[in-house]
Amino acid sequence: MPRLSAWAVRLSLLYLLLGFTVGAIMLANKGIPFAPWIWRLLPAHIDFLLFGFVIQLAIGIAHWILPRYQGGSRGKETLVWGAISLLNLGIWTVSCISLFNLPGQWLVVGRLLEGTAAVLFASQAWGRIRPS
Amino acid sequence: MPSIVRCYLKTALVMFILALGVGLVQNLGGILPFSPSSLTPVYFHLLMVGWVTQFILGVALWMLPKYSMEKPRGIQALSWAAYILLNIGLLVRAVGEPLNAYSSGLVWDWLLILSAILQWMGGILYVINAWKRVKVK
Ligand code: HEM
Repeated sequence: MPRLSAWAVRLSLLYLLLGFTVGAIMLANKGIPFAPWIWRLLPAHIDFLLFGFVIQLAIGIAHWILPRYQGGSRGKETLVWGAISLLNLGIWTVSCISLFNLPGQWLVVGRLLEGTAAVLFASQAWGRIRPS
Repeated sequence: MPSIVRCYLKTALVMFILALGVGLVQNLGGILPFSPSSLTPVYFHLLMVGWVTQFILGVALWMLPKYSMEKPRGIQALSWAAYILLNIGLLVRAVGEPLNAYSSGLVWDWLLILSAILQWMGGILYVINAWKRVKVK
């Protein structure tokens, strides 16, 4: 597995842990409420698991197993490094909004970061999706 | 395909069907003795944890680089424990959520706490065992 994929997969496993931890705290709080502010963790729970775990894992594994170019190259890795970095920045931007009562415009920033990550990844993976 | 992988994948398929069944029941509206909206998290998590996540975890168990020649999937007991904890935890939630919505403040509130602990432990055990298999080659 290339270094980039190993990083993405490890990060995604960490997000799985983080997302499950936040989810478990929210679920326990739903059973026996102990702190109403815990509901402010819901956006973090969703972004950690959907973007941090599922999507990041898919990017990491796709970069590893998609057909390579002649000579074994996986294309411009910097694009995927960029995608992973922006994705993570986006996740934390979105997660911090309700936690720290940030203005709603930050959601646009977070989603733009995640969207740009998608564009970077798609542009890099596109050429590798072909008949082998 | 090793038996542990088959268990993850087949259970994921069953959860997929179960989730869509819950989605169906949710739309029975007035017939239910509790608010159908209490089934939304059940539907969603049967789908995302029971189906999507469990399928991903099963495939990862299968295709991540081998831990070693003797123990290709690391300490397999950890992955089995994760499988049991995740699924029991999820099913306990599926029962606990509507009961909690029907009438909270009763003994079944603890079902949600039990479910939270089981799923959380399942997640941890899975990651502990998978972590060592993510390596650069
Ligand atoms: C990949 C796994 C998961 C994903 C993608 C996910 C995603 C979501 C999403 C989108 C919501 C909002 C929709 C809704 O309220 O139903 C949500 C809510 C919630 N999740 Fe998760 N979740 C995951 C796993 C978990 C786990 C493992 C737990 C607990 C141990 C958990 C606990 C909760 C709780 C308590 C809520 C709030 C439900 C409510 O509104 O009453 N989630 N999750």
